[in-house]
Amino acid sequence: MASSDNDNLLETPLADLHRELGARMVPFAGYSMPVQYPSGILAEHNQTRNSAGLFDVSHMGQAFLVGPDHETTAKALEKLVPSEIQGLKHGRQRYTVLLNEEGGIIDDLMVSRSVSPDDDGRLFLVVNAARKDVDYEVIARSLPENVRLDVVEDRALIALQGPKAAEVMAAHAPKAGDLAFMGASSMEFDGIDCHVSRSGYTGEDGYEISVKAGAAEAIARALLADDRVKPIGLGARDSLRLEAGLCLYGHDLDETTSPVEGAITFVLQKRRREAGDFPGANRILSELAGGTKRIRVGLKLEGRAPAREGAEIRNAKGETVGTVTSGGFAPTVGAPIAMGYVTPEAAGIGTDLVLVVRGRELPAKVVDMPFVEQRYHRKPKS
Amino acid sequence: MSTYYSEDHEWISVDGDVATVGITDYAQSQLGDVVYVELPETGKTLSKGDEAAVVESVKAASEVYAPVDGEVVEANAALVDEPAKVNEDPQGAAWFIKIKLSNASQLDDLMDEAGYKAYVDGL
Repeated sequence: MASSDNDNLLETPLADLHRELGARMVPFAGYSMPVQYPSGILAEHNQTRNSAGLFDVSHMGQAFLVGPDHETTAKALEKLVPSEIQGLKHGRQRYTVLLNEEGGIIDDLMVSRSVSPDDDGRLFLVVNAARKDVDYEVIARSLPENVRLDVVEDRALIALQGPKAAEVMAAHAPKAGDLAFMGASSMEFDGIDCHVSRSGYTGEDGYEISVKAGAAEAIARALLADDRVKPIGLGARDSLRLEAGLCLYGHDLDETTSPVEGAITFVLQKRRREAGDFPGANRILSELAGGTKRIRVGLKLEGRAPAREGAEIRNAKGETVGTVTSGGFAPTVGAPIAMGYVTPEAAGIGTDLVLVVRGRELPAKVVDMPFVEQRYHRKPKS
Repeated sequence: MSTYYSEDHEWISVDGDVATVGITDYAQSQLGDVVYVELPETGKTLSKGDEAAVVESVKAASEVYAPVDGEVVEANAALVDEPAKVNEDPQGAAWFIKIKLSNASQLDDLMDEAGYKAYVDGL
């Protein structure tokens, strides 16, 4: 069993609160993090789908890219990512990937542009905890002299996710209601200065709240005081994101996978694709035109036995066609599901495959993702 | 009837030459919500340490090892349909298998209730 009192582990500003709430703490990406609270992963998963869940994601990396104006800062970031950053509007957030020269994914991250023109030239980045050091080094060494990376060490990040998240948030931060999915803005939460985005990692509507470390507990307690909100650990965070078809870096994406293989080509906006001015563009553009040797797909198992990361995927003829990269029991689907990489011939929706678990062949079908309908609060197209 | 415990967090309740085997309350609490149980066929011969069953929670898969040598005489099929029973009544209705003991002296290597409690407290 993993020990939670390892001296080498970092703690988030909410560590005392987690212990008070009875969390089971586990090591994750160098931090002591709550994997579950006493109600358990299934209850926490369902709580988030049915009402609202509070997640401490303070282990994630927060940083600012700071330059003299938006164009300069955006161009600096575009050297590393394939997304349209120059055209990112005020108060908008975008999912993107840091690429290596071979077009492999160094990390996936969120980028947002401040809603305030006074802050122009600043981009706010949120990166994976386990990739912070790698990302910061890659970014820092590529920057021109007039753009710098300010790593933020004194802020917490709290996610509030679920169909009731907006109602709950409205009582504390009325401005949050003005945000649509992937909108971001500074605002006050009960008088506390925060940076809030309408986004998350569950497939539900919800927010991510960046706040000074010292004020994090006040915000978490204010949210938990609402009967509609319960604390949610990393266990349910994983089952929620899997059902939402969202990738977990280090499992579903790594430095060898390209955005085309990872089936996240939406990170490539038109101007960038046409210009081909991003790392690994040769590979990525040729994959876009001619296909890949493997591609990420969703899999639904027919029986009850889950298939986990590493399980071999075979086709109906018994040939190996790929590997599972994430898998488990999906509480909302009510069945085991998985994601994995397979050959293009095996990737068609409805293809019958088998997943090899403990030497047994479990029947599975390729299905569309997400496994559970995403319920984001999208802005109506105007 | 005597009950023994293993370091792998199994309980073994012995009645004559048949041992009923399940996982302890501590084990179920560590596993979390159980979503799948795989049991051996009746008639299978197990040696101490063999994989006897698989129990999967939302988080992970874990093996249940045979705590003693013997032949599987019954498996609790109800767990396959209702894996959550393992969380609800691990040391009662949610037993996993019954084994006909072939080497009863192996029971001496197991802990009694007080020994197991001390073992868990030390974890």
